[in-house]
Amino acid sequence: MEKREVILSTRSLGKYFYDPIKFKVLDNISFNAYKGEFLTLVGKSGSGKSTLLYCLSTMDTSYEGELFIGQERVTGKKVNELAALRNRSIGFIFQFHYLLPEFSCLKNVMIPALKLGKYSYKEVEERAYSKLDVLGIRDQALKPAAKLSGGQQQRVAIARALINDPAIIMCDEPTGNLDSRNTRIVFDIFKQIAHEFGQTIIAVTHDNDFAEASDRTIELADGKIISHDKNFDTYL
Amino acid sequence: MRHNINSDIALTHIITRKRQTLVAALGVTLGVGVYLFMNSLTSGFSSFSRDEMFKNSAHIKIYKDDELSQPLVPSAGSGHITVIVNPQVTTLSKKIINPEQLLSTIKQQPFVVNAISQVSFDAFYNRGKAQISGDCSGVNILDYDAMFKTSKYIVGGSLNRLQGNLNGIIIGSGIAEKLNLGIDDNITVTSSYNVVKVMKIVGIFTTGSSLTDNAKSYMNISTAQQFIKEGPSYVSNIFINIPDPNKSEEYAASLQQLTPYKVEDWKTTNADVLASGKTRDVLMSSIAMSILVVAAFGIYNILSSTIAQKINDIAILKATGFAGRDVIRIFLMEALIMGLIGTLIGLIIGAVLIEIMSNIYMGGPVGYFPIRFEPALFAKSFGLGVFITLCAGYFPARKAARVDPVEIFRK
Ligand SMILES: Nc1ncnc2c1ncn2[C@@H]1O[C@H](COP(=O)(O)OP(=O)(O)OP(=O)(O)O)[C@@H](O)[C@H]1O
Ligand SMILES: [Mg+2]
Repeated sequence: MEKREVILSTRSLGKYFYDPIKFKVLDNISFNAYKGEFLTLVGKSGSGKSTLLYCLSTMDTSYEGELFIGQERVTGKKVNELAALRNRSIGFIFQFHYLLPEFSCLKNVMIPALKLGKYSYKEVEERAYSKLDVLGIRDQALKPAAKLSGGQQQRVAIARALINDPAIIMCDEPTGNLDSRNTRIVFDIFKQIAHEFGQTIIAVTHDNDFAEASDRTIELADGKIISHDKNFDTYL
Repeated sequence: MRHNINSDIALTHIITRKRQTLVAALGVTLGVGVYLFMNSLTSGFSSFSRDEMFKNSAHIKIYKDDELSQPLVPSAGSGHITVIVNPQVTTLSKKIINPEQLLSTIKQQPFVVNAISQVSFDAFYNRGKAQISGDCSGVNILDYDAMFKTSKYIVGGSLNRLQGNLNGIIIGSGIAEKLNLGIDDNITVTSSYNVVKVMKIVGIFTTGSSLTDNAKSYMNISTAQQFIKEGPSYVSNIFINIPDPNKSEEYAASLQQLTPYKVEDWKTTNADVLASGKTRDVLMSSIAMSILVVAAFGIYNILSSTIAQKINDIAILKATGFAGRDVIRIFLMEALIMGLIGTLIGLIIGAVLIEIMSNIYMGGPVGYFPIRFEPALFAKSFGLGVFITLCAGYFPARKAARVDPVEIFRK
């Protein structure tokens, strides 16, 4: 198999929590994520998945080791640079959809793009409509975000994560709150994003079927990577 | 124009929380309105009482001060001090020597707007057995009018009739009433030097201040000099007006270089009145200021609670790439909008109060309440209203900027 482009990588990432007692929540985490890969992080509750994801997301900067996004060393950058980097290159989807309730779905999707300022307002609006279209909720665009069902809200959140065409999309239990039908929809969308649009997805999940069907699964236990699964070797 | 997402978000917050916005704005309205009104009150009253002062006294006056007797021999060497026990006032006469030359030197100073000399003395006005004591000023009446606008108060006769009329006198309406005298009637004036003259009334004035109206009169300088048995070189005061009365100390100091006589500015002369005026101003300003501060707390409170409720949104914004400074801008903008709404309404309310107040008749020499629209005060209230809301908004905004999204998402 040909060598694929590395989008994100960590070198011996480690992190401590000091409260209530000092303990190592992440220990020597080193892995690569590749372009167009649908990657899942699994592990028992408390194994450090969310903590790792927050470090990868650049929102948590208190770790040791190094983080690279694209070719860039992210570790040690200033908070404002990191904010701009997130805006440009990382999309987020959370378990709780976290839309801004007083804005319409459309506006929620548009906000990161308006912040980016690369396109005019009109263009951003068009792009937002087309993302909502991809997710099958174009007809909900002008409704207030709070008036949608859980599954619909999650899809708006996905559209928002996609609006700036980020290289990486990170999700913490994106289907944790969804029924099996909506989980299926989200899963299909992720597959499409990764395989058709070539964006990398890093998703924390408890759902075994979900992980099973992804391209690759990394399993954590007590803050350490205990297994790169079946497909791991094909990437080396 | 590039779309500004920060102000978009701020506006949406404001619009979706109309009630809180209004409450915060009303606090500012109250603060700014009261601030503007109270400051207009004090300012109107101060300028009224200052105008009252300048009716009779100039910005700066020069006179001969009393001197205490000094030792003739200066102390010889250190360790010895020569003193006079029980020193006496040595002033023989209050006269200013060579006043013509001093006056012309003063007039040559570029900053002097107007300078006049005056001869004043204590006078008794008699008609038959009736007698009123008062004081009389010998002046060049037209020069005097240029400085004190006396013509405004003339109710009978005219200033011009005094010009060159060595026998003429202009008296206060109180004197005229008490002695039952009118224009062209004769009045007997006596000085403390026992000079008695029968003068002709050529004018009557009413200033509204009974103290002045019941005692004051004007005549020509040379007539006044005769009353105190002095020659034409005698002058008791020189009055000087300057462009900006607020800077009177500086001008007085530079005039003092020109003459050994006492140069005194109006602030020194009226120190007691000014001090009580200042006390009143400070009192009113601090009340107004504290109301503004309370209003600021309203903004602080409402913004803090907005931020507490919107902490998830803030975390989301930060996760999607909004920097701390963007968050600060968003919430400062909200504070600013609340502040602007409140300030503008406050200015309108202040203006209405001023309008109402200016139509209240106080009677006496005051007439209508001395309050005016002062653009400077409007500008100051506006600036202060906005400034104080920005300050009040900054602290919650900074707190919002420091929200750690990771902490929020973990919950
Ligand atoms: N702010 C914190 N301070 C101290 N310890 C923390 C903090 N956040 C998390 N931990 C601890 O770190 C460990 C890893 O937490 P993390 O949330 O990453 O687990 P997780 O794998 O995401 O679990 P779950 O599947 O339940 O979401 C846990 O033991 C947790 O108790
Ligand atoms: Mg977790």
